[in-house]
Amino acid sequence: MEPILKIENLQVEYRSRELGQGAKVAVKGLNLSVLAGEVFGFLGPNGAGKTTTMHVLLGFLAPTSGTASLFGVDVRQPIARQRIGYLPEMTYYYKFLTGEELLRFYARIFGLPRPEAERRIDALLKLVELDSARRQPIKSYSKGMQQRVGLAQALINNPDLLILDEPTSGLDPLGRMKVREIIHRLKHEGKTVFFSSHELGEVETVCDRVGILSAGELKAIGPVEELVRQYRSNLEQAFLKIIGYEPPG
Amino acid sequence: MSAIWAIATVVIKELYRRKDFYVLFVLTALITLLMGSLHFFSDEQVVRYLKEICLLLIWVSALVIAITTAARQIPAERENRTIFPLLAKPVSRAQVILGKFLGCWLACGLALVVFYLFFGVVSAAREHAWPLASYFQALWLHWCLLAIVVALALGGSLVFAAPSSNATICFAVCLGILLVGRHLNKVALGLPEPSQTLLYAVYFAIPHLELFDVRQLIIHDWGLIAWPVWAAATAYAAAYTAFFLLAAWLVFRRKPLS
Repeated sequence: MEPILKIENLQVEYRSRELGQGAKVAVKGLNLSVLAGEVFGFLGPNGAGKTTTMHVLLGFLAPTSGTASLFGVDVRQPIARQRIGYLPEMTYYYKFLTGEELLRFYARIFGLPRPEAERRIDALLKLVELDSARRQPIKSYSKGMQQRVGLAQALINNPDLLILDEPTSGLDPLGRMKVREIIHRLKHEGKTVFFSSHELGEVETVCDRVGILSAGELKAIGPVEELVRQYRSNLEQAFLKIIGYEPPG
Repeated sequence: MSAIWAIATVVIKELYRRKDFYVLFVLTALITLLMGSLHFFSDEQVVRYLKEICLLLIWVSALVIAITTAARQIPAERENRTIFPLLAKPVSRAQVILGKFLGCWLACGLALVVFYLFFGVVSAAREHAWPLASYFQALWLHWCLLAIVVALALGGSLVFAAPSSNATICFAVCLGILLVGRHLNKVALGLPEPSQTLLYAVYFAIPHLELFDVRQLIIHDWGLIAWPVWAAATAYAAAYTAFFLLAAWLVFRRKPLS
């Protein structure tokens, strides 16, 4: 089966702003493939290079070397993003728009016909439980509501691949549960989900495979059960061993 | 094209849901009406002063709206991180620049129509005349000037990270050109080389915004501008706008957004 997300020998370097400092390597020779219908968890400590990798996949950042493609199309071409949905971490959507207007805006960007866009907006606002707040300005939304409208915008084009950057970050337990339910639902619909998270319990319950990144390098990749079996512990313990964490004392 | 229109629509909505435009319009109207209520020495020519003040306020307000709106567009997208979900859609950076430009320019156009309508009403109330063709030419040329200003501020917002510094620089550049742009060649004549050549180069490189200032024509009712001249001024504005937008795209297309 052809992977729908493919990264080959990806290297991303940042030039340091301080004089005399060399380039900082954010991602080192990363190779990764995600197959259709998979829920893939992209894990790693802060600063491991997860968001940088996602930013390359979405065309926000040009790689120093290596290639990345979505559905077989180079990520530098806008058309590669036609069938994806993306939920960024901590975004403050246009506060002068209402939830409904925001979704209508993104639907227009995708060029969805008006009746289809309206049908999808209705369905998505119900899915993320914002139907009653659809005509309220986003500035009046709570953090959880903002995250849910973000999830709705990521689904507006009925994407085949969903890229989520820490989707449950900052949400209360109920909010987290709702996001998890939505990911489960997408999985049952046969969608591919590529997401980063620090919530290992949640990763364990929803992911088919995980990749663990540390200091820009992919340290481990495989099905969750396999990693857990290999390290004879739960995912959290396996994760800590893989990134080389040694408890003090 | 639908992506460009969608982005432009959001910019227009933003401008009309903020208070800036309404505050500037109310201020312009209040100052003009206040000045109009005064009668200096029963001078019949006072209506010209009133028209001059009203047009000056319209020019200042339009510049403020154009520069502040355009200067904050992309920095605000980056600060609020809305640039990420936007560029994660099948939209190119060129389309983002064009959408932002179109939105700011159309919003400025709508504001100008309201301002010139007010001017027309004030003027007609005193002079009992409404030279529509002259007003149309003045409004159009003013709007053409704002196209250059919006493109310049949009390009500046990609170079200067803080909208306030970009807006200040754009104000200084625009006011500088409007006030002294036409005299640079005369000043250059009195300078030694290489300053003379340098100043001449500046004179020929800058967009001569003062060409679009036809306030005196409608204040003194000097009649219409020849239509070919009007069309040439439009083409001149289009060329400079395209140049600034191209420069903005060249800066933005490879800019890392992380």
